[in-house]
Amino acid sequence: MKQLITLNVNNETIEVYTAIHKTLLEVLREDLQLTGTKHGCELGECGACTVLVDGEPVLSCLALPIELEGQAILTVEGLAVDGELHPLQQAFADNGAAQCGYCTPGILLTAKALLDHHPHPSRDEIRQALAGNLCRCTGYAKILDAIEAVRVP
Amino acid sequence: MEEFDIIGQPLPKVDAVNKVTGATPFADDLSLPRMLYAKLLGCHHPHARLKAIDTTQATALPGVVAVITGADLPVKYGIIPSSQDETGLAGDKGRFVGDPIAAVAAVDEETAERALELIQVEYEALPAYLSIEEALDQKGEPIHDSGDQGNIHKLVSLEYGDPQAGFSQADYVRDDTFFYQGNTHLPIEQHAALAHYTADSRLTLWSSTQTPHYVHRLLSKALGIPMSRVRIIATPVGGGFGGKCDLFGHEIAAAKLAMITGRPVKITLTREEVFYTHRGRHPVLMWVKTGVRQDGSITAMHFKTFLDGGAHGSYGIASTYYTGALQTVTYKIPAYKFDGLRVFTNKPPCGPKRGHGTPQPRFALEVQLDKIAEALGLSPVDIRRRHLVEENSHTVNHLRITTCALDECLDKVVKASGFREKHRQLAYGRGIGLACGSYLSGAGLPIYWNDLPHTSVQIKLDRGGGVAVYCGQADIGQGSTSVLAYTVAEVLGVGLDHIQLTVADTDLTPIDLGSYSSRVTFMMGNAAIQAAEKLKALLLEAAADMLELPVGALAARGGRIFCVDDERRSVPFEQAVQRAEAQHGALVAMGSYTPPKLAGPFKGSGVGPSPAYSYSACAVEVNVDPQTGEIKVEKIWIAHDCGRAINPLLVEGQIEGGVYMGLGEALMEEQSFRRQQHKSPSMLDYKSPTTLETPEIETLIIERPDPGGPFGAKEAGQGPLLPVPPALANAVYDAVGVRIDEIPITPEKVLKALDLKRQGKAARVGPKGIPNVTFPKPVWVEPHSGAPKLEAE
Amino acid sequence: MLRLPPFEFLAPRSLAEAVALLAERGSAAMIVAGGTDLYPNMKRRQFEPAALVSLRSIPELRHVEGTAQTGLTIGSGVTLTQVSQQPLIANAYPALAHAAGAVSTAQLRNMGTIGGNLCVDTRCNYYNQTYHWRKSIGFCMKKGGDVCLVASGSERCWAVFSSDTAPVMVALGASVCLEGPQGKRVIPVEALYRDDGIAYLTKQPDEILTEIRLPPVDGLRTAYWKLRRRGAFDFPILGVAVALKLAEDGTCTAARIVLGAVESSPVEAQAAEALLIGQKLTREVIEAAAQAAARPARPLDNTDMSLSYRKRMAPVYTARALAQAAGLNGDQAA
Ligand SMILES: Cc1cc2nc3c(=O)[nH]c(=O)nc-3n(C[C@H](O)[C@H](O)[C@H](O)COP(=O)(O)OP(=O)(O)OC[C@H]3O[C@@H](n4cnc5c(N)ncnc54)[C@H](O)[C@@H]3O)c2cc1C
Ligand code: SF4
Ligand code: FES
Ligand code: FES
Repeated sequence: MKQLITLNVNNETIEVYTAIHKTLLEVLREDLQLTGTKHGCELGECGACTVLVDGEPVLSCLALPIELEGQAILTVEGLAVDGELHPLQQAFADNGAAQCGYCTPGILLTAKALLDHHPHPSRDEIRQALAGNLCRCTGYAKILDAIEAVRVP
Repeated sequence: MEEFDIIGQPLPKVDAVNKVTGATPFADDLSLPRMLYAKLLGCHHPHARLKAIDTTQATALPGVVAVITGADLPVKYGIIPSSQDETGLAGDKGRFVGDPIAAVAAVDEETAERALELIQVEYEALPAYLSIEEALDQKGEPIHDSGDQGNIHKLVSLEYGDPQAGFSQADYVRDDTFFYQGNTHLPIEQHAALAHYTADSRLTLWSSTQTPHYVHRLLSKALGIPMSRVRIIATPVGGGFGGKCDLFGHEIAAAKLAMITGRPVKITLTREEVFYTHRGRHPVLMWVKTGVRQDGSITAMHFKTFLDGGAHGSYGIASTYYTGALQTVTYKIPAYKFDGLRVFTNKPPCGPKRGHGTPQPRFALEVQLDKIAEALGLSPVDIRRRHLVEENSHTVNHLRITTCALDECLDKVVKASGFREKHRQLAYGRGIGLACGSYLSGAGLPIYWNDLPHTSVQIKLDRGGGVAVYCGQADIGQGSTSVLAYTVAEVLGVGLDHIQLTVADTDLTPIDLGSYSSRVTFMMGNAAIQAAEKLKALLLEAAADMLELPVGALAARGGRIFCVDDERRSVPFEQAVQRAEAQHGALVAMGSYTPPKLAGPFKGSGVGPSPAYSYSACAVEVNVDPQTGEIKVEKIWIAHDCGRAINPLLVEGQIEGGVYMGLGEALMEEQSFRRQQHKSPSMLDYKSPTTLETPEIETLIIERPDPGGPFGAKEAGQGPLLPVPPALANAVYDAVGVRIDEIPITPEKVLKALDLKRQGKAARVGPKGIPNVTFPKPVWVEPHSGAPKLEAE
Repeated sequence: MLRLPPFEFLAPRSLAEAVALLAERGSAAMIVAGGTDLYPNMKRRQFEPAALVSLRSIPELRHVEGTAQTGLTIGSGVTLTQVSQQPLIANAYPALAHAAGAVSTAQLRNMGTIGGNLCVDTRCNYYNQTYHWRKSIGFCMKKGGDVCLVASGSERCWAVFSSDTAPVMVALGASVCLEGPQGKRVIPVEALYRDDGIAYLTKQPDEILTEIRLPPVDGLRTAYWKLRRRGAFDFPILGVAVALKLAEDGTCTAARIVLGAVESSPVEAQAAEALLIGQKLTREVIEAAAQAAARPARPLDNTDMSLSYRKRMAPVYTARALAQAAGLNGDQAA
């Protein structure tokens, strides 16, 4: 069953006519061509599909767009503002925190939520916050470094 | 002045901004107009003849555009020329649960998925073989009829020098058995491909692959169309680790469906299918007998390996040889014997995973060395440090050693970790372990026999100062595209902003064999230097004309060419380019790299040679809870000899990633089977470490430039994984006094060993023995004249 | 990509409307809250409901009210993140906050609800698999077949009840409020469960769990220990919740020990509790109780790690939880 759904994605109001059983992940990638949001399992088991809904990290593979009308959805495409990279994006680039880069969008958003709530996390707190995002390339070291580099001292 | 401007700098990767903005186009992000979606039907039996497949209902489902089966893809292929045992879709029989047997293309994935359910398959079950023992004890039809004998895919036996004499001269001889469980790459990106067959009969395949050239060759074979009509574009790979080095059924199926339908076809594997695609670490059962003198020097070694290969050959012949090849490159071994056996089993095929065939024997060797050190009352440091191979020497099995900074690696790691102060001295439950490793900087021989270059780089200069660089290499996240840019920019003396890169496109770029065997930086780097040097010579010549100076007085750096003695006399880069173009016509140059001929004069010598070996030493400190057997890794120190760090940030990233992956294998990752099918084909059930299980890693880069490497560089992508599992095992022993001779080292095994210890039995968990197999008479090889000698007492 | 099967989506704005919708749709409809348990199951085709009745738009289900002195009510729609972080809960019932915070990952806790966590489907590694996987091995009685693949010959399903918060709720003496077409009822949490892997809830499918009522704290000391392979993502393969009351002199006056993830429902270890009452909690007493607590646990080989390991960890984890609740150093206990 298809329905017209109004979403706020990256500060843009978008109407999309789509099947209601499509998850946010599918609608972002397939209907809105926002392919920056990745997927590794579609079952809540990897964190690659993480986006922010009203500032909180959620798994887009287990969320229905129809339930998110009126809420602010932020994807990796919305992190940079006016062509200016978000400090986390800059730090990830500078610190080599993105190897293959496939886990990166989800991790950036999780990290953003952490720093928005908690500008002074310790390394252990960063570890805790990122425990729901698997990365197979980096051993997490450079990811933690990058977030520490942004953390307000 | 610094020696280099770009080399050695911790620069961001050239594609970093695309990666952090989500702009990098991975294969599943691509779409084309009128694109169809394909899905695969996996076999439901571990081993069954496919008597009939009825696709009528599936074809009739609205939205379905085409359905194919093995009958549509009969051509056999395989990555190794002597193991041609795969087809795009299984034809005669399915060989493991999940083996693709049919494919559907439909207007969307949901429809394709629904159509799969409508395909009727009539199976005739055959006896299934799920372990090495079952495969050897063959009760019925073998899995393939192409193996050395029955389910035995490959049997090898090689003897170098006189192991008998070596053992008889030893003061201490011991043999141990070890097992290293299979595990998988688990890239976060599931494999995906998009195929497009255009009206002019040309096929383009975008695919998440590490080896576009091999895919090019094999796809052309599997589909029966000439390579000249096939174009492979490797998309950025979202994690490879060796898992995307074969041609796969889904790539062939998408291509075939595109040819049949005339529409673009995309296929993306589910996570479960990624587990079935596999090509991961072989489970290997090992027996190793080593003789040593009182001072710990090795007099002889005999190694037997038994590989559980899964349902296909894949890289398996190479894997088999690799389990016996690199034992000799760390410590002096004057006599050596290797027996290897690989069986087919009804499981997803094994293949190359980071370290390809070498982490398993390295685990066995380094743990056994720890046991020997204890028996002889030697420190684990000294037994290694005193008997390291010599630089510029050869091994008994004819491997050429150039540089080896393992001495420095060991010293630095021992110091940083406080190993000497901690070992045997920490409180019960706490322990530290040490191990070393070594790996190839690129395989010395290609996968298929030829005399051609292993890689080529083309550079084209444009009048505006742009430097267009072309190379067939595929970046899998390790940063090889960046290394290409750094290298060319360094040689030409321009900033990275001048460089434009075109990579991994078989229509546009010269061939590179692919991102495997840690070959890209070393080989492509050399080719890039060669190409850039050719152009630089032309530019210097042009500038020399313009400045009226001899070429020898000039240098190219910082975007200009100048007089070394008087930097004010200079020409901007683009002016030199224009002058050179006026003199010579279009400025295009090629560089290639072919490794020196390194293989020894015997059959089986093709696996192991490399233009240079990297070295690493690693210490792991753990806390073991004796009540629960849980292991908490406190910290890992690793020193890695990479010759030269072209970009230390990327080298550290490779080392940390390798350490993480080794740790995951050592602690929890396990490709296990139950009732003849994969037990845990999901990211929840296949355990991989999160941030919470991954400790702090202290990385020490050791630079001792290798004369053969680009700027002296050797590899960093795989070697650092190798010492981690044995160092962990040795740390567990130091902590609670039990030997877990088996990977992964789980809490259950630790508790079991502690129970045995309490009962006064041997405090060990590990394999009890090895199958009773008669290996063929070994090929006897005279040791290389530069190899360590067995000295008479 | 794994995808959801199609369904009709109903989003009632009030509890009354939700109850009416459920009554009207009967067994064709399923309740969904956060969807973190239901959607993965639907993607693997364990469930293909014709309609989903979502509780997300019902404001009545999102309250946290009360105090440590009077007891707390928590709406079933409160997220696990809120349960783990609300100072009121974290201070008064630390084990509950800890258990909620130990569920999977931060992302999942932002979506999953406490009500969903109490009603979460039982688990078995022959069942939580894709359609293709289950078809290959042969469907089991929990979905589509008539045998049990773990315990062959068994008449029943042994799928494991794997909620982290449920054992804590039982130990705390919480009750739940259910509302359905037949009206409203309040039952102790333990009465919500049945030791059956398929029919693991006593609640009717059309009954909505609306709120959880926690009794006054009244000196209750609680702890929750969870066994799992990794510090995130993983379900418990053993959970131990304890709640104790100690008199001034340290004598134990009340004790509840509840094990999770060992059977198809939370298991209360009454024999062990009896060993604590009237005793000062020395290491010996704790050890004896821990051994007794582990005895009724009958795990089967259908989760991560071996059955014998999980069995063996039951007394260890129980002792550690008891020691922690009693204020002894958890790691050195037992
Ligand atoms: C990767 C992964 C890891 C997980 N790890 C854990 C873990 O470690 N510990 C753990 O406890 N859980 C875990 N879960 C399971 C699940 O996420 C949580 O239990 C969560 O709390 C479920 O809440 P929900 O709101 O998302 O439930 P839903 O998925 O919405 O519902 C779950 C079930 O409860 C029913 N239901 C929900 N709310 C109500 C209600 N108010 N009244 C009546 N019926 C209702 C639904 O019909 C459904 O059958 C995990 C899940 C995933 C995917
Ligand atoms: S316990 Fe038995 S019946 Fe229940 S889900 Fe597992 S295999 Fe199926
Ligand atoms: S895709 Fe893995 S958690 Fe969503
Ligand atoms: S960078 Fe590759 S998975 Fe994280």
